[in-house]
Amino acid sequence: MLSGKGGTGKTLVSVNFAAAAEAAVYLDCDVEEPNGHLFFKPEITSEELVSAKIPLIDYDRCNGCRTCVDFCKFNALAFIKNKPVLFKDICHSCGGCVLFCPQKAISEEEKNVGMIQSGTSGQVRVHTGFLNTGEASGIPIIKELLKKSAGETALPIFIDCPPGNACSVMESIKDADYCVLVAEPTVFGVHNLKMVCDLAETFHKPYGVVLNKCLEDENPAEEFCKEHHATILGRIPFDSKLGSISSNARIAVRENDRYRELFSELLHTIIEEANHEAVAHPQR
Amino acid sequence: MKQLLILSGKGGTGKTTVAGALIKLSQARAYADCDVDAPNLHLSMTQTADPERNDYYGMPKAQIDAEACIGCGQCKENCRFDAIINNNGYAVDPFSCEGCGVCEALCPVNAVSMKPAVAGEQMLYRTTYSVFSTAQLKMGSGTSGKLVTEVKKRMLSSLLPETELAVIDGSPGIGCPVIASMSGVSMVLIVAEPSVSGISDMERILHTAEIFHTQTCVCVNKADVNLELTERIERYCEEKQIPFVGIIPYDSQAVAAINNGKTIVELDCPSGRAVRKIYAETMRLLQVQAGGIEA
Repeated sequence: MLSGKGGTGKTLVSVNFAAAAEAAVYLDCDVEEPNGHLFFKPEITSEELVSAKIPLIDYDRCNGCRTCVDFCKFNALAFIKNKPVLFKDICHSCGGCVLFCPQKAISEEEKNVGMIQSGTSGQVRVHTGFLNTGEASGIPIIKELLKKSAGETALPIFIDCPPGNACSVMESIKDADYCVLVAEPTVFGVHNLKMVCDLAETFHKPYGVVLNKCLEDENPAEEFCKEHHATILGRIPFDSKLGSISSNARIAVRENDRYRELFSELLHTIIEEANHEAVAHPQR
Repeated sequence: MKQLLILSGKGGTGKTTVAGALIKLSQARAYADCDVDAPNLHLSMTQTADPERNDYYGMPKAQIDAEACIGCGQCKENCRFDAIINNNGYAVDPFSCEGCGVCEALCPVNAVSMKPAVAGEQMLYRTTYSVFSTAQLKMGSGTSGKLVTEVKKRMLSSLLPETELAVIDGSPGIGCPVIASMSGVSMVLIVAEPSVSGISDMERILHTAEIFHTQTCVCVNKADVNLELTERIERYCEEKQIPFVGIIPYDSQAVAAINNGKTIVELDCPSGRAVRKIYAETMRLLQVQAGGIEA
């Protein structure tokens, strides 16, 4: 599930699809602001820390040659009083300083950047990534999260992506078979929808659009889809009851037959689309 | 000059809607859109003139000269970003490459070179009255924090005389672009949403701001969607001694305003009226801050 713009309803759609599928895997890759777990309230079965590697400088061995400082493209190493000093928040963990130190004075240590919580809610396996506040990049967490689904090939896997179209989103969709773009009926929504359409196309991923929060008025997102021949998978009307259920982090599909039907039907359409794509373009 | 940054943690709470309204109300002479991933502020702030455009270069990307490559595989083995692919010959996946230069330094035959790469575009709208700095990151580029810094730099270096306030629209989340946008601002106005998700994300962004010693205040948008949770946010702020500057009701006319390229204060509507109070209270906080001494 992708959206470009935030708050269009990715989590609402992902959570309700996973619940409608009954047995499913739900991965929350929106590690800066993970919310799916608030809906599923899973019974936690495991928690693991995720870390990134950062250099550890042995100042007894360091002779101040500044090879590491000169190498570091991210300026994470500064040369202060003839010694390298690490600014660990800027480090990208490339390992270059370790490789190229002529004195072998640099090793690596692990820096905790977040965690992955796994649990169960009904028949849904819920894996959630959490980035520690103050950390810049959630990529290491997303990489670990995606490994969680590797063993569960028999179940449908729903990946709740971060908003935007930067590195963290790309990381999240790399392994996807099909992308569902969730759009809202505003010109803001359309502007960002166009970006994620481009992203899906660049990665040769088949995709379709779910129009969320549809009002009676004209829908700029729908017009965009028609103009650009993007598949419209379905519409979710603006509905204050659905809004209220979701604002309280409850799962509409699990408490209301009408919503169960709505999301089950949508999901059915998507699975058919995805299967059709798999047959039509097996190379994907 | 004071810099007011609008953030939210969760996406879609109404950052840009509020930012647009505050820019209009304050007649800000400087403003910027730091949501470089998904910029939208320009859609509300109609500009008459074309912007000054320039390419934004992120980190350079590695490139392998297939003819010089001897296939030793050292680049692939040592790349931490899985950016080297081997399909009958080694090549670089530009979307994964972060430009660290390890492969270039390791290659025994100098087959790898680092090439400058355009990672986005910056735009500066300049009128006799105001400057507006914005940008669009190219899809899949990794250096959004760096571009955010450039967008702010561009705004600050183009300021008109007697600019008293700059309004900056931020991005969702708590990661690098958000952290980059916080540097040097006088105050962060957090637009919260009364949902369990919105509260969770608000707490995370408040904590992030605290780590970077940035002052915050909070307003709630779409307050009547869940009045109970709106009250909870207000109480939370009271307990944490974070100034609570007001609420905005859900307003379908807000959608109409936005779809017509207008801000909510250009229409007589409930959300537009509510945001005026938030504006007044936020400006008061900014003035009280530091006893009127310029930051």
